[in-house]
Amino acid sequence: MTFWSIVAELGEGFLVSCEIFFITLIIALPLGLAISFGSMARWKPVRAVIKTIVWIVRGTPLMLQIMIIYYAPGLLFNVRGINNFPAVIIAFGINYACYFSEIYRGGIESISKGQYEAGQVLGMTKGQIFFRVVLLQVIKRILPPMSNEIMTLVKDTSLARIISVIELLFVAETFTLRGIIWPLFFTAVFYLAFIGILTIVFGRLEKKLNYFKV
Amino acid sequence: MTMETIAKTEAPPFLEVKNYRKRFGENEVLKGISFTLQKGEVLAIIGSSGGGKTTLLRCLNFLEIPDEGELYLGGERLFGADEKVKVSDARVREKRLHFGLVFQQFNLFPQYTVSKNIMLAQTLLAKQDFAQKKAAFAAARRSAPKEKRTQLKAEHKKILTEIRSGQKEAIEKKTLSLLERVGLSEKKDAYPYELSGGQQQRVAIARALALSPDILCFDEPTSALDPELTGEVLKVIKGLKSADSTMIVVTHEMEFAKNVADHVIFIADGLIEEEGTPEEVFEHPKSEKTQAFLRKSLEELF
Ligand SMILES: Nc1ncnc2c1ncn2[C@@H]1O[C@H](COP(=O)(O)OP(=O)(O)OP(=O)(O)O)[C@@H](O)[C@H]1O
Ligand SMILES: [Mg+2]
Repeated sequence: MTFWSIVAELGEGFLVSCEIFFITLIIALPLGLAISFGSMARWKPVRAVIKTIVWIVRGTPLMLQIMIIYYAPGLLFNVRGINNFPAVIIAFGINYACYFSEIYRGGIESISKGQYEAGQVLGMTKGQIFFRVVLLQVIKRILPPMSNEIMTLVKDTSLARIISVIELLFVAETFTLRGIIWPLFFTAVFYLAFIGILTIVFGRLEKKLNYFKV
Repeated sequence: MTMETIAKTEAPPFLEVKNYRKRFGENEVLKGISFTLQKGEVLAIIGSSGGGKTTLLRCLNFLEIPDEGELYLGGERLFGADEKVKVSDARVREKRLHFGLVFQQFNLFPQYTVSKNIMLAQTLLAKQDFAQKKAAFAAARRSAPKEKRTQLKAEHKKILTEIRSGQKEAIEKKTLSLLERVGLSEKKDAYPYELSGGQQQRVAIARALALSPDILCFDEPTSALDPELTGEVLKVIKGLKSADSTMIVVTHEMEFAKNVADHVIFIADGLIEEEGTPEEVFEHPKSEKTQAFLRKSLEELF
């Protein structure tokens, strides 16, 4: 086995990690917004239910959630469970949506009432006020905590290994069984590169929104 | 009495507020406020802190809904607390457009330039209007005979393009003239954070004027400003005074109320304690509460 053939195999694992990362974002970013609206709903029962869900999801390890979603259907109800990759996506999607929802909520609640009222007295609809007035200010506010959370997601993808999704760390581990240890260290290169790119992207975004102050 | 004053007193009021009451929980903030206002008049509302002045303005702008009372504007009944049916959001928005509100804290939209702040609401309304016209055209085409439809479509498209560019031009023109009116033409591309408080408040005034409200309300427009900046804002408000602009100004600036208002209301504990011309209220106040309030506000000056 040459150096490059091992790197190529790691690269394939890394692609799976990236898949988990991007699909999770696609699900969790909008789902988180829906959950944050739920946690601010005027109707108390809705708020209570959503807050309980968020509490449970944030209060238990993501690894446990992955395992439950993967094993529970088969063991508890004796039905055929889902495959490991979809199970990981469901667990990650819900988990990150809950974390994002709290960031969104904090951002939305930090916008002063005056902004909504200014929109209202100018005859704007609720939707117009949210999308034309509030949203960009919220985005600017939540960009730093979101970038933190999203960087954590990059590294959390390695948890998928627990139900044998062949992601980067899983691939590296197979080499250790054959007595080669360095690929395990080499995974750090992939993670660091990815985080490096994200740092640059978020830095640019923050700079782009620097033209105004909230 | 001259002919003119007789005509004035007998003209039906432009705005009539009847017995407005509002409570927050156990706290009754407005305890039955009634007043009238003629078109082109400036009404100054004074009163000590917590008296309910802001609440009254918020009720006029339908940011709060009074528990009791009625409101007539230009003879039309705009609000009645006895109406059982719940009014739709769209209807409330329509009613709001009769009033404008300038906030103590300006509340400009920070991500938009000065001119975009002024244009935004107009643009959104124009878009709604445009969408309605477009839908009407589409409906007309559907009921037209088939062979005519393509020709109609081309015609409609042309008209719609013209409407859109007409709207855009009108909005831009109006925005520029408003900026000129508040003396900020050269700041049109600045962002709110780049402006002084006084300039921000003048933009907020232009933004409120952009929708041509029947009545423009100000809630202590200068009390968030450094003393040296209040003058420029008051000057702009004074400059707005004309035959067809009706204004309600809640203010702590007694000199301003004296010089600019046609009518003054003193509110204490949710009730109108005294009202009349500036001269009547400031020079010959009847109520003890008014006298005490005026004495106190004079002391603060020195
Ligand atoms: N949304 C609300 N919920 C509960 N109480 C309120 C609310 N808005 C106002 N109040 C109460 O109503 C009373 C009158 O408030 P308001 O702001 O109308 O007074 P104000 O005359 O404008 O006073 P100031 O001169 O200090 O601005 C206060 O006691 C205030 O605490
Ligand atoms: Mg007030």
